Amino acid sequence: MSKITSLADLKKRREELTSGLSFPTKAMNPENVIQVKVAMATCGIASGAKTIMEFFHEQLERRNVAAIVTQTGCMGYCYAEPTIEVKLPGQDPVVFGFVDLKRADQIIEKYIKTGELVDGIIPVNYQTIDLNV
Amino acid sequence: MSKYSMHLLVCGGTSCHSSESDAIVCNLRDELEAKGLMDSVQVILTGCFGFCEKGPIVKVLPDNTIYVHVKPEDVQTIVEEHVIKGRKVTRLLYKDPVTKESISDSKHMGFFKKQLRIVLRNCGFINPENIDEYIARDGYQALGKVLTEMTPEQVIKEVKESGQRGRGGAGFSTGLKWELARKNQSDEKYVVCNADEGDPGAFMDRSVLEGDPHSVLEAMAICGYSIGASNGLIYIRAEYPLAIERLKIAINQARENGLLGNNIFGTGFNFDIKLRYGAGAFVCGEETALIHSMEGLRGEPTVKPPFPAESGYNGKPTNVNNVETFAAIPAIILKGAKWFSSIGTEKSKGTKVFALAGKINNVGLIEVPMGTTLREVIFEIGGGIRNGKKFKGIQTGGPSGGCLSEKHLDTPIDFDNLIAAGSIMGSGAMIILDEDDCMVSMAKFFLEFTVEESCGKCAPCRIGNKRLHELLGQICEGKGKLEDLDRLKNMSVVIKDTALCGLGQTSPNPVLSMMDNYYDEYVAHVTDKKCPAGQCKSLMEYVINAENCVGCTACARVCPVNAISGERKEVHHIDPSICIKCGACMEKCKFDAIFIR
Repeated sequence: MSKITSLADLKKRREELTSGLSFPTKAMNPENVIQVKVAMATCGIASGAKTIMEFFHEQLERRNVAAIVTQTGCMGYCYAEPTIEVKLPGQDPVVFGFVDLKRADQIIEKYIKTGELVDGIIPVNYQTIDLNV
Repeated sequence: MSKYSMHLLVCGGTSCHSSESDAIVCNLRDELEAKGLMDSVQVILTGCFGFCEKGPIVKVLPDNTIYVHVKPEDVQTIVEEHVIKGRKVTRLLYKDPVTKESISDSKHMGFFKKQLRIVLRNCGFINPENIDEYIARDGYQALGKVLTEMTPEQVIKEVKESGQRGRGGAGFSTGLKWELARKNQSDEKYVVCNADEGDPGAFMDRSVLEGDPHSVLEAMAICGYSIGASNGLIYIRAEYPLAIERLKIAINQARENGLLGNNIFGTGFNFDIKLRYGAGAFVCGEETALIHSMEGLRGEPTVKPPFPAESGYNGKPTNVNNVETFAAIPAIILKGAKWFSSIGTEKSKGTKVFALAGKINNVGLIEVPMGTTLREVIFEIGGGIRNGKKFKGIQTGGPSGGCLSEKHLDTPIDFDNLIAAGSIMGSGAMIILDEDDCMVSMAKFFLEFTVEESCGKCAPCRIGNKRLHELLGQICEGKGKLEDLDRLKNMSVVIKDTALCGLGQTSPNPVLSMMDNYYDEYVAHVTDKKCPAGQCKSLMEYVINAENCVGCTACARVCPVNAISGERKEVHHIDPSICIKCGACMEKCKFDAIFIR
């Protein structure tokens, strides 16, 4: 990893990342990849998010689904942990709550493979700011 | 991809559940079955939409239509009109409270815009252990802008004009604090991040550090540049192992990328950050105590002045800000003071993160613009009170704050309004209480915490709080007298006026505010020896209702102290002098014959 030595460097890195040129950030290039984000703050982990994340890692590979599984921080839905967000190409992300292994399996088989929704969706009730002005 | 062309999402949150969402799902499925639409339209039960006053809610995808107050008998109309003919059912649409117009697309509905995420902009979105994801979300751009385009004075001016006030609790102007630290000349200065989050029920700072650690690092560097410091310290409690781990990873990645260390962005500005661990003492959230703890001394506060801006860590000028305060800084720099100050109320700008806990359906982390009312937070975001119980009060500001009652529900939340109402903003913990909570026991609970956490340095806090706690205990046990209520009040006022630091000065707040708002309940405890909420065991009496009792002996068999007597098939009796009020008999009784008096 090269050092960032000027603001221009940082801007260049940002461009590369958002256009999906460099690897770890395929996750930032949502249009052609299925993404699964698992909320892994202390509270999420305490209610089983690690097991869920491992399950997605293993099972998506075993079931030949090309997807990126990453961890993220608290989504704010403490009452519904573990929570995950699934983004299918070209669609709005969907958040699922109360994800146990059974529901995780349904999410892969139904939502990820066929786009069919499953129970436990958490409606998004906030707006986020965009820093890019 | 999906075989379904339409989805009907029915809110399955606890509130809507009690208002018949199950029946709606059943009816929808039956109706679709009858019309032969089961293969193209799917019915899904979702989590809470948060807007329970309008429940049950049905949302139609893909067109985002939301129907409110849906009844099971409305299902047929929805299917026939919307699903089959594609016409929206106007009478079930949400009507804008101001314009009275029906709104069909949920994207235009105010209640989905109640939350605005500035501090939490990256939380739950990026991988906190990957700096690239932060950079892709415009991370470190604010630091770059500050170092290359702005003078320290300009940065301070911008922060000052944004109107941001410290999110740790006291609400002091961030820009002013930076300015004071800049003015004091010294060979060395320090930027300290206060991550000693200690309020019961608070987890805002932990969530930010676990979800978006770089935003805090970036802001600390910006602060360093502004005040002329090259060293940053994060004081974090050792009870937050995951936050510590993610901070360590973030600091290392920032160093590897040249975003911390020497000559950042080739501008000659040096800044590095180290971690300091706290042992979890509540008082160390007070800035002077925090600094002493970092120096290896006892975590005790000292009198201000001198303020840390003059003489802080190692006697050098030090600027201490809270995690949440820092996390908003990059947004203020990039989007400007004008933008930030356009959000919020006249004297409290921007947004505030709150941790909702207690008897509320959607326990969670939320961020709302200042000026949002408590009612909106509790009933339109938090999903209302659990198990359909009645709202009783809300403790804001943790053990240093006060308890606000129903009459405050429409108060817009900001620093000054909360103080005027007898509470404080504090760090942002909100504990929601329902009709089953006793306000004397609750005050005792918070006092227990402050007594435990008092450092013991000054007498008002060390001895005064102990006495307050004792008095509350006596009242709960039915040994209180009416004069005790005056003593409680007087003592509270004296402690507030004479304690050395913020801990003692605020510790009687729960007692004062609860006595203000629920005085009758206190009087009931001392004069009638009754606890209206039925929480104080000493004041309860379990009694058997002779009309309902069939003499099954189940209660007598389950009683652990043999307080229940009576012959088989005859009315039983509980001896109050033996009864320990465990409630086992009441749970066991199948005939509702046992009640609390």
